[in-house]
Amino acid sequence: MTALLQLRDVEARYGAVKVLHGIALEVGTGELVAVLGANGAGKTTTLRAVSGTVRRTGDVIFDGHKLPRRPDAAARAGIAHVPEGRGTFSELSVWENLRLGAYTRRGSVKDEARRVFDYFPRLEERKGQQAGTLSGGEQQMLALGRAMMARPRLVLLDEPSLGLAPMLVKEIFDALDRMKREDGTAVLVVEQNANLALAHAVRAYVLEVGHVVVSGASERLRANESVRRSYLGY
Amino acid sequence: MYVAAFTWTEFAQQIAAGIRQGAVFAGLALALVIVYRSTRAINFAQGEMATFTTFICWSLMNNGLSFWEAFPIVLVLAFAGGVAIERTIIRPVENAPVITIVIVTLGLALLLNGLMSVIWGGGNRPFNGPFSTRTIDVGGVPVSVQDIGIVAVSFVLVALLAVFFRFTKLGLGLRAAALNRDSSELVGVRVGWMLAFGWGLAAVLGAVAGMMVAPILFLDPNMMQTILLYAFAAAVLGGLDSPVGAVVGGLLLGVAITLLGRYVGFIGDTLKLPTALLLILLVLLVKPNGLFGRVAVRRV
Repeated sequence: MTALLQLRDVEARYGAVKVLHGIALEVGTGELVAVLGANGAGKTTTLRAVSGTVRRTGDVIFDGHKLPRRPDAAARAGIAHVPEGRGTFSELSVWENLRLGAYTRRGSVKDEARRVFDYFPRLEERKGQQAGTLSGGEQQMLALGRAMMARPRLVLLDEPSLGLAPMLVKEIFDALDRMKREDGTAVLVVEQNANLALAHAVRAYVLEVGHVVVSGASERLRANESVRRSYLGY
Repeated sequence: MYVAAFTWTEFAQQIAAGIRQGAVFAGLALALVIVYRSTRAINFAQGEMATFTTFICWSLMNNGLSFWEAFPIVLVLAFAGGVAIERTIIRPVENAPVITIVIVTLGLALLLNGLMSVIWGGGNRPFNGPFSTRTIDVGGVPVSVQDIGIVAVSFVLVALLAVFFRFTKLGLGLRAAALNRDSSELVGVRVGWMLAFGWGLAAVLGAVAGMMVAPILFLDPNMMQTILLYAFAAAVLGGLDSPVGAVVGGLLLGVAITLLGRYVGFIGDTLKLPTALLLILLVLLVKPNGLFGRVAVRRV
């Protein structure tokens, strides 16, 4: 299997503060891969390094090509980043948010929109509503729906379960599984809830202060003594 | 104090004149709002930019072009000029404090004003507009063709912009870039170009306003200065970040100022501008967001 996304010795910094100290990571086509770790370990920054929204060095290779670090390069290459706080445009309508998701694509957005509404019927009911007035769960659906509009090959997802009821979290992860199954969309997800992440991911990387300390297949990590004690809580 | 006898015909005429003035205020106010929304800058050079492009129109007409031949050329040049100003002068200070940006745009206004005097010389000159000043009868009220033309051109422009912002992908990208820079980049919007595009559109709006008022005011480098102040008043009245507010504010202000000047003896012609500025003050005191100012709805 050739990797769709490959990070080689990636470092990233905010001003003088270095947050990632040489990360290596791989995501294959159609794989759901999780990044775990405590607060401040560099999980969010890892996603930002991929999408080029933080200063980085090292190689980010997507589909065999090095990604330039221009803010719109990742989106144009087929990477949809759903950031922390979801990154929806609260002043725009649900429909306008979805249209923006397909911004880098030419032609009609009808087919993609139909697919998004098939995944999340509630978004269709609220098509004309201002995105800021949606509930937290609906906003997360909108964020994911907007990512789907781009027909991405890779979705970067930051803390999708944050602040959501278990029912909604299940709906979101079911949608991710379905995207993987039906379209071969790969997902790199950052998640606080390690149990949940390991249940859906094939592989995971555990970060500690900007280093990958453990990585491997989900079953193996679940069996790993220190991972279990630190992140799974049993 | 002399107050003329009131007639309904004259009142209607005053309203028409107010709408014509208001249409020009609205155009320039809309330009200020577009610039404010895209780069959070108050553009004190908007008036001078408009006058500059009107001078270009005047030069083209002196070289044998008709107004309507020169018109599209001027719009293209205005757009290019607006984009160029944003990329070269505003971009380096985009993250600077507001006061820095204000001073940069003030400096730009002075620079353009000086350039106009150097290139075309000071003093005012007649500008042959596209519309006749003949009056025609509209439902018993005599209105000049010029007034109707100015209002029509302004409205067509505003309608085109509304369609552009609402229904085109580029328009959506522009609004998105103005609302949330980070999220726009994540969906692949080229934010830097969008902001420059906003300045280009604003320059086009200003150019149209300039070419519309030049036949009435005579063309000179300071032509738009007073109008810019009215446009500020209109934009603040409507809400600085509301395009709809700018248009409504402009029309309201135009009509209000005309009626007050005509029927309130002590205001007359001399106190019109102070009245408009008093209005800014009152709006800022009572409703700082203006009539249509954005109230962000957010649920967490």
